[in-house]
Amino acid sequence: MPLIINGSPAPIPHDPRVSLLDLLRESLHLPGTKKGCDQGACGACTVLVDGERILSCLALAVQYEGREITTVEGLASENGLHPMQEAFIVHDGFQCGYCTPGQICSAIGMAAEVRRGVPSHVSADLTADVALTREELQERMSGNLCRCGAHNGIIDAIRDVLETPETAV
Amino acid sequence: MNPFSYVRAVDSADALRHRAGHEAAYLGGGTNLVDLMRETVARPEKLVDITGLSSAITQSDDGGLLIGAAARNTALAEHQAVRTRYPVLARAILAGASGQIRNMATVGGNLLQRTRCAYFYDTDGSYCNKRRPASGCDALEGFNRNHAILGASPACVATHPSDMCVALAALDATVHVEGKAGPRTLPLIDLHRLPGDHPDIDTTLDQGELITAIALPPLAFASRSTYRKVRDRSSYAFALISVAAALKIEDGRISDARIALGGVAHKPWRAFKAEAALQGNEATEPLFRAAAMAELADAQSLSQNGFKIELAKRTLIATLADLVGGAS
Repeated sequence: MPLIINGSPAPIPHDPRVSLLDLLRESLHLPGTKKGCDQGACGACTVLVDGERILSCLALAVQYEGREITTVEGLASENGLHPMQEAFIVHDGFQCGYCTPGQICSAIGMAAEVRRGVPSHVSADLTADVALTREELQERMSGNLCRCGAHNGIIDAIRDVLETPETAV
Repeated sequence: MNPFSYVRAVDSADALRHRAGHEAAYLGGGTNLVDLMRETVARPEKLVDITGLSSAITQSDDGGLLIGAAARNTALAEHQAVRTRYPVLARAILAGASGQIRNMATVGGNLLQRTRCAYFYDTDGSYCNKRRPASGCDALEGFNRNHAILGASPACVATHPSDMCVALAALDATVHVEGKAGPRTLPLIDLHRLPGDHPDIDTTLDQGELITAIALPPLAFASRSTYRKVRDRSSYAFALISVAAALKIEDGRISDARIALGGVAHKPWRAFKAEAALQGNEATEPLFRAAAMAELADAQSLSQNGFKIELAKRTLIATLADLVGGAS
């Protein structure tokens, strides 16, 4: 069974050492997903697997047989950019852009966690609905580093999307 | 990364069969093991993928919770029973790593993650008894700001990095394992070892033994429990000090307590001395101070981590005060 990358099947690599990140970038020529630290510290390689955000640098591709992988290249539809992509543009959620694909995929995965009611380290009440405060969003996005310092714009963009009920994320 | 073969186990017997007779490692989410392999700290010739084993979180016959070892960290933290009955566990998991890593990492893998001591990772130029037995320990006189203050040895001063395990230690969790000799259970606090002369051995598991589940006892008073973590930045960093605590308070007195400390030792540190000091006494700040003093009485500092002894005391006192204040 192949992996499904942005809706298209891709064969499992022959060598089990190949990370999902290297498969995307080197074999499938999808360079949108970035290699920052390659050790799970920066979040630049974040992709969605069956809608959940993970780090593709720490993922052996062979483990993801049959799973649906979405990278930044797979977010836009025929109707245009994904609402999270639009919001990053509107709110200046980037400068150099290197961390941006990971930030956007992480934000989309995080939005699903919020909708599911997953609490965070800063949630005062573990069982209440998630309050969309800056503090909550900052904590939930702490696995994505931006060395340009665009974090404030990033949080603004995410908040904008999450607070707009009609944007399906 | 050295070459290795990969196989996916369909159940625990299959995993044990694939593991037998090989320099193999069990693979969960890979968040620590893949990194260790990339750095050539770990060099298994075969990976046995056990993420297809039980990830179910179910109520057990005694009213506690049984957690399949393949459950992801996020799944455990968001489970309704964990949030309401064992808040210390939900909070500990949520205090660790990042959202992405918690989505990948399994519960069994969290237990077996290895220290983040920089010398353990530095295969090019550092001595480390944990990585290469009897080679020496560069942390003793090196960067040891975040190293152990309890239970260390001249051979190793590394700390266990897990937050989740600190909560499990406080909650009297037991670990279900399967091996050549069949299944057995052991208390979580007996899973990890102190370093002694063999820091290369992290746990008491036999060669090839597989963790299949974690069991939590009912422990009704754990609904009043919490986890406090102190670190160098506000998120996504390992603990300098952490405290997991649950208190049973009746008529202003502490009738039962469970406390464990993180970031202080080679294993999650169950604070039996602090618990004994609290037992039966009125829940006041002077009592909390006495309990903290008792637990840290044997603490020893290295060249850079002396502050952690006082920090551990203060964090323990603050955590107990929070619990008495009613916060969970």
